[in-house]
Amino acid sequence: MKNPNRKKWQERYEKGGLRDADFTSLSGRPLEPLYSWEDLEGYDPETRLGYPGAYPYTRGVHPSMYRGKLWTMRQFAGMGTADQTNERYKFLLEKGQTGLSVAFDNPTLYGRDADHPLSAGEVGKTGVAVSSLADMERLFDGIPLDRVSTSMTINAPAAWIFAMFLANAEKRGIPFKALRGTLQNDILKEYIAQKEWIFPPEPHLRLITDLMAYCAEEVPQWNTISISGYHIREAGSTAAQELAFTLADGFAYVEHAVAAGMDIDDFAPRLSFFFNSHLDFFEEIAKMRAARRIWARAMRDKYKAKNPRSWLCRFHVQTAGCSLTAQQPEVNVVRTALEALAGVLGGCQSLHTNSMDEALALPSEKAVEIALRTQQVIAFESGAANVIDPLGGSYYVEKLTDALEEEAERYFRKIDELGGVVPAIEQGFFQREITRAAYEYQMALSKKKKFHVGVNEFVNPGQTLEIPLLEIDESVERDQVERLRRLRAERDNAAAEKALRDLKAAAFGGRNLMPPLLDCARRYATLGEISDALTEVFGEYREQPFF
Amino acid sequence: MTDRRIKVIIAKPGLDGHDRGAKVVARALVEAGMEVVYLGLQQSPESIVRAAVDEDADVIGLSILSGAHMTNFRRVKELMEASGLGDRLLTGGGIIPTRDQEKLRELGIDKVFGPGDDLQGIVDYIRERAGRPSKG
Repeated sequence: MKNPNRKKWQERYEKGGLRDADFTSLSGRPLEPLYSWEDLEGYDPETRLGYPGAYPYTRGVHPSMYRGKLWTMRQFAGMGTADQTNERYKFLLEKGQTGLSVAFDNPTLYGRDADHPLSAGEVGKTGVAVSSLADMERLFDGIPLDRVSTSMTINAPAAWIFAMFLANAEKRGIPFKALRGTLQNDILKEYIAQKEWIFPPEPHLRLITDLMAYCAEEVPQWNTISISGYHIREAGSTAAQELAFTLADGFAYVEHAVAAGMDIDDFAPRLSFFFNSHLDFFEEIAKMRAARRIWARAMRDKYKAKNPRSWLCRFHVQTAGCSLTAQQPEVNVVRTALEALAGVLGGCQSLHTNSMDEALALPSEKAVEIALRTQQVIAFESGAANVIDPLGGSYYVEKLTDALEEEAERYFRKIDELGGVVPAIEQGFFQREITRAAYEYQMALSKKKKFHVGVNEFVNPGQTLEIPLLEIDESVERDQVERLRRLRAERDNAAAEKALRDLKAAAFGGRNLMPPLLDCARRYATLGEISDALTEVFGEYREQPFF
Repeated sequence: MTDRRIKVIIAKPGLDGHDRGAKVVARALVEAGMEVVYLGLQQSPESIVRAAVDEDADVIGLSILSGAHMTNFRRVKELMEASGLGDRLLTGGGIIPTRDQEKLRELGIDKVFGPGDDLQGIVDYIRERAGRPSKG
């Protein structure tokens, strides 16, 4: 060691006696006790960091970041019926939220109607039930869709849910070009982590590419995909796995669209990302900074995108649902605040803060208000929005950013060796990596190498729950099934059936599927009917179960 | 019978894709010396009970984080009784509010596990209630 002072410190550190504790990161990354200028020897800030809004975007995607525009405060919400959720949206907008984010229920996420046998007991439980254009109309009733941006967390049936969204805008006379928002539409992470698919990967990828091509022409302000690490992390991955698998998915979408004949600069500026913000504050910030740098480099140098907007890794952040505890739920407010601050220091474009009661139920109105207020405290009180990338140049954060980048690069090479993302999914590679990480973390909790306050340490024995929870009444399912029955009786069935036949014909051929999907939506064909029509052509996907 | 390993069916009923907990628990049960048949996602109550009959399972564990626990536990319990598995243990876990846990007890499902419950507690409960001692 060159520096005598560092050597002196090292000796004193080693003699000082350490706590009997695990000093690895939440993801199990070994950490040094101190990072110093010697650790960044040879580091070139000009090429590694640059300036905000300029390549490689490590410090942020905009030159002015939060001085120009604060992140969008966007709370993911949906429960019960479309009417109930519409009421929640109006409540959130009135409390100062600046964008909407739709949570659909499980049947909708799987493209099933509320009266499908597997939907029993699930309707409206973890999100809003949307089975046709009629539900979409009620969901956004009275909400100015040309002024509020809307994010929709929907993947397998994203193209036909979006068709319903467009059909609703059309009926209300809102031009498609005025619509702003995001579709999650990220099927690869479904196979990897969230497990809500309908068809095998190839037809899903075709639908995604069709949607990108359609939006490039017709709905130019829409983010056609939100390539998501959130669910990968929730399924138990490490921070580096989340980073690597998400960006690898992004590369796969790019390659698919380019192979389909699209010009990269026609669709890449509308790609967006979605990351988790977990409890390890610095590791999360480093992950987000690394994501921007890796994406920019790959898009510019590997995929040869010319438009700098194609190089931007713009992302939404949600605090980690899996970090919340059912025990002492009020403490979740503190966890969420730390995670949200990491998201802001990581340079997110929009943010969802979880509510304290989400390990127990969908959030109550009170809980969601506190979650939104948490963002407002960070934005308007803490000073975190005053200076761009305030942790840039921190020895630790820069080393950690580099380390995450290197770990991601190792994963990219491994995925390439397996033949790419889809073959790696089919071989269960991602699923096994994540399952192993989840089990290791659970074991670390069991052995008290890692801590979860109120769960494996600082437990309040015999404490019963003291916060009010939202309950979804069983009548929601009955009502939704009844509404569907009425819809099928009252709509022009001949027109709906014709639209579905046309859709099947288009699916057999190679035509872009968005126009026939839009036509199905206009004719009030239901979500499940559209899924069934496409399944006849595309087939179903089944996962080989393993653990 | 006494030296037979405890055989557990782990399944995700309905449309819930959250399989982290189910997989972690399945692995912990195997580590504890039990035999686990993991059926995976999108199982119907019928397919779960059919598998339990075919496998002559001692325990059925359902993992449900989608809010559909009442519907699924009730139906699986009914089918177990109708299929001659009324004496086998039905348990599970997920996001299940206290109020619903009480309702499940009325159906004869004594205990379900939730976020933060220790793996060892799950292993111990199954060992104690499954009726056949484990080798492990």
